[in-house]
Amino acid sequence: MNSGLLIKNGRVIDPANGLDQKCDVSIVEGIIAEVREKIADRGRRDCNFAVIDASGKLVVPGLIDIHVHFREPGDEEEETIASGSAAAVAAGFTSVVCMPNTSPVIQNETDVEYVHRKARQARKSHVYTMGAITKGLEGIELAEMGFMAQAGAVGFTDDGRGVQDPAVMLRALKYATMFDVVIAQHCQDDRIAGKGVMNAGYQSTILGLPGIDPLAEEAILWRDIQLIKKTKVRYHAQHISTAGAVELIRAAKNDGLPMTCEVAPHHLLLTEECCDEYDTNFKVNPPLRGQKDVDALRQAVADGLVDALASDHAPHLQSEKELEFLAAPFGIASLECALGLYIKALIKPGILDWPGLIHLMTEKPAKVIGIDKGTLGIGKRADVTVIDPETEYKIDVDKFRSKSRNCPYHGWTVKGKVEKTIVGGEIRFEA
Amino acid sequence: MKWHRKHLLGLRELSAEEIGYILDTAVGFEQVSTRSVKKAPPLRGKVVVNLFFEDSTRTRNSFALAANRLSADIIEFTKKSSSVSKGETLLDTARNLEAMGIDIVVVRHNAGGASRFLSRNIKACVINAGDGFCEHPTQGLLDVYTIRKIKGTLDGLKIAIVGDVAHSRVARSDMWAMTKLGAEVTFVGPPTLMPAQAERLPVKVSYCLDEVVEKVDVINMLRIQFERLGGNPFPSIREYSHYFGLTAERMKRAKGDILVMHPGPINRGLEIESEVADGRNSVILEQVTNGLAVRMAVLFLVNQAAAQRID
Repeated sequence: MNSGLLIKNGRVIDPANGLDQKCDVSIVEGIIAEVREKIADRGRRDCNFAVIDASGKLVVPGLIDIHVHFREPGDEEEETIASGSAAAVAAGFTSVVCMPNTSPVIQNETDVEYVHRKARQARKSHVYTMGAITKGLEGIELAEMGFMAQAGAVGFTDDGRGVQDPAVMLRALKYATMFDVVIAQHCQDDRIAGKGVMNAGYQSTILGLPGIDPLAEEAILWRDIQLIKKTKVRYHAQHISTAGAVELIRAAKNDGLPMTCEVAPHHLLLTEECCDEYDTNFKVNPPLRGQKDVDALRQAVADGLVDALASDHAPHLQSEKELEFLAAPFGIASLECALGLYIKALIKPGILDWPGLIHLMTEKPAKVIGIDKGTLGIGKRADVTVIDPETEYKIDVDKFRSKSRNCPYHGWTVKGKVEKTIVGGEIRFEA
Repeated sequence: MKWHRKHLLGLRELSAEEIGYILDTAVGFEQVSTRSVKKAPPLRGKVVVNLFFEDSTRTRNSFALAANRLSADIIEFTKKSSSVSKGETLLDTARNLEAMGIDIVVVRHNAGGASRFLSRNIKACVINAGDGFCEHPTQGLLDVYTIRKIKGTLDGLKIAIVGDVAHSRVARSDMWAMTKLGAEVTFVGPPTLMPAQAERLPVKVSYCLDEVVEKVDVINMLRIQFERLGGNPFPSIREYSHYFGLTAERMKRAKGDILVMHPGPINRGLEIESEVADGRNSVILEQVTNGLAVRMAVLFLVNQAAAQRID
């Protein structure tokens, strides 16, 4: 007998199909079979069939996070693909995209396949990976983009740092036009950024810490926009953080350039003032900026300039973060509370409604990386997330499935608890 | 007032009253150094560790001597003689020292906030002896002590702090102490050596020493810290000295009773000419002398605050 799952009475939000209404979703053999009101279960009661009552809950396409660091291979004590993808499904994400700055770097088809194999073994979320733009992330020679794309890499980036040399970046963009892939950039000019560890401004001056000028981000972004005018390849600006970057993207999109961008929760919620006590959980790159930058990013979301909400989940060991602010590594582990953070940053102040938020966490990020996901369309693989939108809960890092605890939101009260996460028709997480 | 702080991490968080209280306490300790028996008993049985991760002779010796004069035992810990080079973290180092039963840690470190970080993680008193380019509170205190001793008050005085302000913890501690005590402070230096958003600080900013030198009652010449300068913030030493060096020629335009200060060590002929450094307006060596009394006061006060908490 066919396996089946019937999700009843939920508020089904599927932005890709313009759907937002109370109805039922039927899944058969891992595929979305029907989405309509009052689907009958025909009295079926067997071990291959289940009914989920989603009254008062949201039923949405499985959430997608296109920017996570799962540290495998190389730093498995910080995170593994198994622990990271367990965290993902617990947070409602059915698909995530790993960054290639592991050790070794993801830079050929074997590396890509390794990530996929680990994900299959873990049987939690789908795990995609981007490949490196340049070998060893050194910014000098191109990595084997073609072989990686064939193996399923969903884009290329040297994330962790930006491609510095304009000639290398131009070459990468040109070469990438052979394949239907996106080139993603961590926009930061290393020479302007210097040894900075936080935003350059009044706070860094007071704290006596070297700063990263917003220009470091904007200079590279501006340069890349000139390059994509020439190459027309799909370009994605990762974790933008400054008001100036928003204006550059606004202009580039107005010019019709094939550009997308993402925003991380910390840049929507936190400012440089958070670094006041030298708490290294607030040390992140790009750094936390000023209130006017936070306001500009929220406005960018409101204006539809942002294509994806992405956590930039960057786990680190406690022993690494228990260092002087100057010496500690950059990064915030926030995958597991990301949904609650977006609700706080965007729904609560009325910047987005629920369909708007779900759109930026499903169909739009899927389009950025070019995967056939993020909808509840009939016949699609059934990745579904059931969310309790109202119940408040306290973020507790000690309950994270992630191996790391470097999360500045510990103790925050947020809404948006994930009830169930269904991947390919299989319930992979239940609260 | 009653002193309640068991750590001295910076002057930014101190009130004018608290700063005044330390200075007044230091006055009492100044005469200990002039007696034939240069010792007082308040820290007898206490252990002070000089935890220095950066080179220092003046500050380290000054703290050691201050601790000695207060009858404390002192452990010297410098980067070269420790296991830091083998990769031990600051926190582990401090916890190990704490396990030996120390009472006060005097710490110098190249990272801004290092002393604050330690104070949150160990039980001992922590005194910041310089953290990155954040603060050097005892230097700030001895600077205002020296000025107050000669000028009577800082209220209404005009003070210039000249040089590499961006990388200077002395400039920051001076700024907090001096402005809290009523002085008007001007940072002077090339724009490439000004910190980000300096206009939001409680100081004036000038790029022209010639304009400022005529107006001020005190001028504090910062050392060019070659070890901290990134890149090439000024084209040459020759050009820097031309615009920002305190030369005898430039001194002719200053007030007759201007105080010339320098936190040391001096780069003679670079930020300050020898004739000026050794001249009649210079109080550079008085600063060093006063530093001892100020550090005795700080050690005394934090120890007292810690003792009261236990009671």
